[in-house]
Amino acid sequence: MPSPAGGAAAAAAPLHLEQSDRVALLRFMLLHRAVEDRGASLYKQGKVPGSFYDGRGQEATCVGATFALAAADPVCPLIRDLGAHLVKGTPPRDVLAHYLGRADGVSHGREGNVHFGDAAHGVVGMVSMLPDMMVVAVGMALAFKLRGEQRCATSFFGDGATSVGDWHEAMNFAAVMQVPAIFILEHNNYAYSTPSARQFLVDPVERAAAYGIPGVSVDGNDVEAVFEVVREARERALSGAGPTLVSAQTMRMHGHGLHDDARYVPPEQLAEWTLRDPIELQSKRLAALGVDVDALAADVKAEVDKATEEALAMALPDPASATTGVFCLGEPIPVGSGDAPWSGFR
Amino acid sequence: MERLSLMPQLTYLEAISDALRVAMREDERVILLGEDIGEHGGAFKVTDGLLAEFGAERVIDTPICEEAIVGSAVGAAIVGMRPVCEMQFADFVACAFDQIANVAGKLHYRLGLAAPIVVRLPSGGGFSGGPYHSQNPEAWFLHSPGLKVLAPSSAEDAKGLLLAAIADPNPVLFLEHKNLYRRVRGEVPDGSYATPFAARTVREGDELVVIAYGAMVHTALEAIEQLPDASIRLLDLRSLAPLDEDAILAAVRDCSKVVIVDEANYTCALGAQVSSLIAERAFEYLEAPIVRVATPDVPIPFAPVLERAVLPSVERIRGACDELLAY
Repeated sequence: MPSPAGGAAAAAAPLHLEQSDRVALLRFMLLHRAVEDRGASLYKQGKVPGSFYDGRGQEATCVGATFALAAADPVCPLIRDLGAHLVKGTPPRDVLAHYLGRADGVSHGREGNVHFGDAAHGVVGMVSMLPDMMVVAVGMALAFKLRGEQRCATSFFGDGATSVGDWHEAMNFAAVMQVPAIFILEHNNYAYSTPSARQFLVDPVERAAAYGIPGVSVDGNDVEAVFEVVREARERALSGAGPTLVSAQTMRMHGHGLHDDARYVPPEQLAEWTLRDPIELQSKRLAALGVDVDALAADVKAEVDKATEEALAMALPDPASATTGVFCLGEPIPVGSGDAPWSGFR
Repeated sequence: MERLSLMPQLTYLEAISDALRVAMREDERVILLGEDIGEHGGAFKVTDGLLAEFGAERVIDTPICEEAIVGSAVGAAIVGMRPVCEMQFADFVACAFDQIANVAGKLHYRLGLAAPIVVRLPSGGGFSGGPYHSQNPEAWFLHSPGLKVLAPSSAEDAKGLLLAAIADPNPVLFLEHKNLYRRVRGEVPDGSYATPFAARTVREGDELVVIAYGAMVHTALEAIEQLPDASIRLLDLRSLAPLDEDAILAAVRDCSKVVIVDEANYTCALGAQVSSLIAERAFEYLEAPIVRVATPDVPIPFAPVLERAVLPSVERIRGACDELLAY
C-alpha cells in the first residue's frame, strides 16, 4: 500500500505493523505533541513552575522505538521522549499533573518537567547528568540475561551525551557482557547551543564497530522506520547477540527549553526540517490509506483537554511530605511490575 | 567451612568474605561486581573462592569502569537483584560518585524506586598507600541524601553489618578499613545474622567518652588502656548514616567530657557533625569543650614518617584525653 507522499521508506507496507498499529503510532505522536503544547501553554500562563522542555520534531523516535518493545521491557527516556512514557501507558493526565507539581502527578511534586518515570509501567525517569541512565540500562539488561528472561532494556540519549565518559563505559561494558540492551541515539544536531560538529569529528554510530556493537542509522523522523530497526535490535538482544546502537537522525525544532530562543540555529536548517515533520509524514501515509487523520487529531485534542481539566483540579502536595520518602522502608517493588499496555508484540 | 566451634575466630577480612558467601548462598539475587574480583579474588582477596563456588555469572569481573559498576548495579537492583560492588580502593569511588549521589541516592525520593545496592569501600591509611590508596571518603556520602554509610571496627560487626546492608532496600556504602583486614580477629557467629545500624559501647566509663569508628576504635582503645586510672567510655558508632544520635547524647549525659576521633580529614568529617549534635542538644551536660582528633586537611602522604605525622595516633588521642581529664 504505497503512500504517494511518504518517500522510499513508506513505499512498501511495513512487514510487522498492522494498520491499527500504524494508526496507533500516529496517535501517540499526536498525543506527545499535544500534551507538550498544552504543558508549554500552562508554563507560559505561570501554572507550570520551573522550566519546560519539549521534543518537538522528535516524536517519531521515542514513539517508534518504544512501540517496538514488549510490556516487560523497561525504558530510560530522555528529555525529548514524552512519547515513550505515553506508549508505556502513563496517562496524559498524570503527565500534566506532574508538570504542574501536583500531589498525584507521577513524581508527587518531587520532580519537574521531563524528570519523571512511572516505574510500574517500566519507565525509569532520567537524571540531568548524561548519559547516566545508559549504564543503568546496562544493569537492567545484565539482570535479564543472568535470570534468563526474554527482556531487553533501552536507553535514549542525545548526540551531546556521546561526549561523556559514561557513554564509553556503557558501550564497552554492555559489549563485553553481551547484554540485551538497546541504545538509542537521538541525533538532533544540537546539545543546548552546541552543534554536533563541535561535539565530535566522527559520527558516534561509526564508533559502535570499535566496541563490537552493531551501529544502525535510521531516519529518526520516520516512525515506522524507527520501529523496524528497534524491533530488529530487540530480536538481536533477545537472541543473545548483545546490544545495538541505533542512531536516529532528527532535529530539535524548539530551543533547549522554552527559555531558549535558539538564535544559534540557522533558519534555513529549521525550514528544511519543517518539511520532514514526523507527524506530517505519518499523517500523509495514513490519509492515503483512507484513515481520517483529522478525526484522530480532534480525538487527541479532546483527550488532552479532559486531562488538563482533571490535572488542574488536582491538589498540591502537602508541604509536610517534603521530608518523607528519602529511604525505602518496605520491600522494594521492581520496575515494570505494573501493567504496560502497549507492545509491538501484543 | 571446616570450623571446629560454633564461634570461629575470623579476621576482619575473613568475616567480610564470609558475609558475602552466606548472602550469596541464601539469596540468588546477590551478585558481585568489581575489578579483579573473580579469578584473582580481589586486590585484597576478599572475594577469593567466590568465583569457584558461585560462577562467573554472579561474580562479575568488570572492565575498569567505576561509574558503570555502580550504575549497572543500580540498574540490576531496580529490576530485583541485590548487587554488591567492590571499589578496588575506596579512593576510586570518586569516579562513581555521580551514580551514587545523583542516581542511587535520589531514586526513591524522586521516583519511588528502591535501589538496594551495596558499595564496598576498602578505605583508610596506615601502610604507605599514598594519596590515592589511603583515603576515608565517608563524608562525601554523608552530605548526600538517600545513602546509608557503615564503618565496622570488629570482625563480628563487619560480617553482621554487611549482611544487614545487603538485606537493606537502600543504597549502602560499606567502609571496610584496609588496616583492619588482617590485624583484627575475633569470634564471628556462623551463618546469617544482622548487626543493627547503631552504635556499640566497646568499653564502659563515666568520666569521659571517646567517640570513634572504624580503625580509630582500635587506636582509641590503645590510648584508653594507657590511662588505667581514668574511667573512659569508648563508643563505636558503626553506622555513620543513620547516625545513632540517642547513643551519642546518652554517652555525653553520662560522661560530660567528649573526645571525637576521625581518621578522615578534619573539615566536615563525621566528627564535625557529632560535635554539632552535642553542642545543639547536650550542651548543658558538657563540663569541658569538645575535643576533636582528626587528620589535618592534607592528602595522605606516602613516607611513613609523614603519614604518621598526620593520621591520628595513640599519643594524640591519649593527649586529648589527658587534657580533658585535667580540665
